[in-house]
Amino acid sequence: MKTIKKWSALLLIAVIASAFTSVNKGYKIGDIATDFKLENIDGKMVSMSNFEDAKGFIITFTCNTCPYAVAYEDRIEALNKMYAPKGYPVIAIMPNNIDVKPGDNMAAMQKRAKEKGFTFPYLMDKDQEIYPQYGATKTPHIYVLEKTKKGNVVKYIGAIDDNYQDASKVKTKYVENAVNALLNGKEIEVKETKAIGCSIKV
Amino acid sequence: MHFAYYFYGMNKYLLILVILFSSCKSDKKNQDFLTEDYNVKLEVYNFDELEPLLTKKDDKVYVVNFWATWCAPCIKELPYFEKLNEDYKSKNVEVILVSLDFPNQYEKRLKPYIKKNKLQSKVVALNDVDSNTWIPKIDKNWTGAIPATVIYSSEKRAFYERSFNYSELEEEVNKFLK
Repeated sequence: MKTIKKWSALLLIAVIASAFTSVNKGYKIGDIATDFKLENIDGKMVSMSNFEDAKGFIITFTCNTCPYAVAYEDRIEALNKMYAPKGYPVIAIMPNNIDVKPGDNMAAMQKRAKEKGFTFPYLMDKDQEIYPQYGATKTPHIYVLEKTKKGNVVKYIGAIDDNYQDASKVKTKYVENAVNALLNGKEIEVKETKAIGCSIKV
Repeated sequence: MHFAYYFYGMNKYLLILVILFSSCKSDKKNQDFLTEDYNVKLEVYNFDELEPLLTKKDDKVYVVNFWATWCAPCIKELPYFEKLNEDYKSKNVEVILVSLDFPNQYEKRLKPYIKKNKLQSKVVALNDVDSNTWIPKIDKNWTGAIPATVIYSSEKRAFYERSFNYSELEEEVNKFLK
């Protein structure tokens, strides 16, 4: 009898715990982000652990086919040019199901990267197992991570800046501010932002 | 609509070629549609101007859908919202379609889409780049992905960051009907 009670109590705890985790999908600020091993457009597999000298990462869920993502392509490239030398490279991950969005297949990704001269890795989340762990729901969706002894800590989640239509009219550069704060050892002022994007295609 | 999607991945010159080619091919009827009898009126709002449409306090149930012509799942579910607007008119349900198309697409894509599909629901365009301010005002759980829908009456309110088919939409709306 005792063991049954014990087991049912454990079961109850497990059920409650799983109910909570299913509500809180994805990372919160301060969580440790999982590493990944995903195929880049050059055919090589890329993980965060490959970047030994990095201080952190600008993980960018993006794709070819979303107008919002397209509007940000040049700004994503600019972020990599500015911050990769400082230790915060951009790693772009394409999360869409390519059966739903053939315009995001590997050949299309390679073509787009060549046309735009991307200098950052552009990886495919082929099994669609990484983006749900991060909690990305749309493209573009940015996670700024800081490398620590415990792992890569989520420091910022959200948009690149506050104007998807016109880069010249941006008032607040959320990602730049976040990375600058990390580089200067300061507290990030705006840790989470919301922006319109294309839902990730499953 | 699918066709237009691939433009983003296409070479610019190929795009121009495609446009030239397709415009040569378009028949008389199509040209009429593009030039004459073209009077789709589109109300363009910033968020402050849109907000009254999201907070009406009368006896109706409002179904507010956020969409864009470039959003494939939005276009897929749009006919269901149109059907709902028609079928539930007598039950005091009104559909409002809020387009998030970019302003430079209003003439090129949004208005032609409204006209071609003879949209009967009220369509407004939301042009407000400061989405970090207004997205949480629509719903604190909205991550910003579209399609997204708000259903509300004077008594209750629900938010959905998901796609609908017709029966799912009916089911949700029926929760608001007495």
